[in-house]
Amino acid sequence: MEYVWAFLIGGALCTVAQLVLDLTPLTAAETMVLFVVLGIIASAFGLYQPLVKLAGAGASVPLSGFGNVLVQGIFQELHKLGPIGLMTGGLTASAAGITMAVLFGSLVALAFRPKG
Amino acid sequence: MLADQQQRSWYQRIRARHIPKAPVVRNLLLAFVVGGSLTAIGQIFMDFFLGRGAPLEKAGAYTAVVIVLLGALLTGLGIYDEIVRIGGMGAALPISGFANAVTSAALEYRREGWILGVGAKIFTIAGPVLVYGILGSIVVGIIYLVLRIPIPGGTG
Repeated sequence: MEYVWAFLIGGALCTVAQLVLDLTPLTAAETMVLFVVLGIIASAFGLYQPLVKLAGAGASVPLSGFGNVLVQGIFQELHKLGPIGLMTGGLTASAAGITMAVLFGSLVALAFRPKG
Repeated sequence: MLADQQQRSWYQRIRARHIPKAPVVRNLLLAFVVGGSLTAIGQIFMDFFLGRGAPLEKAGAYTAVVIVLLGALLTGLGIYDEIVRIGGMGAALPISGFANAVTSAALEYRREGWILGVGAKIFTIAGPVLVYGILGSIVVGIIYLVLRIPIPGGTG
């Protein structure tokens, strides 16, 4: 059942993103930014965590989930560390994905030749 | 004058007939299937990490790393660009699309050198996501602090 929800919610988010790409002047990169911001707003209103609980990776893997992680990270470090958590929380929570994107991206550039 | 206008509208009708309509419905379906499949694959890893006792956030972070790894690897093999061509935002919106953006930039700018090419330009496409993610989330944090809204999730 959780795979059905992951598929449906992940697919639905991507469909909305495709709709934005096809029907507005926004480019793919701008649509990605839009979804991070939408994830941040939903997270701020407490709406995104329930979606993650329901759909798991269906909500956390799309970039709106990245926005959610940033906000939830700030909330957590505000609890743990106080106001300094405002500065540390977001990147602490999202560090693994960003760090590994740089590492794997560089390793791939080392190992492969660009196509075309 | 009138003939001129008629001719122009005739020309526009012919022209409209020959411009291919953006296959919006097809694009939406493909985005749904490709995006749903990628996140369902993510769920397989999520379940694996949850099953090994990781809390939800940690399982989410591990899952993100695996999907990033797959995205980078498939980009190197030239496969992910094909998935993007078919799935559109269905391939770009998942975090594997973020990895694709980073890896493509690294591959493309390698010829300009490791420092000023790869180093300087690796975040060409993915950078805005980070910048506005950081700015947006800190604004939310500041609003919560200034308005003294109770911060959710105190026990975590």
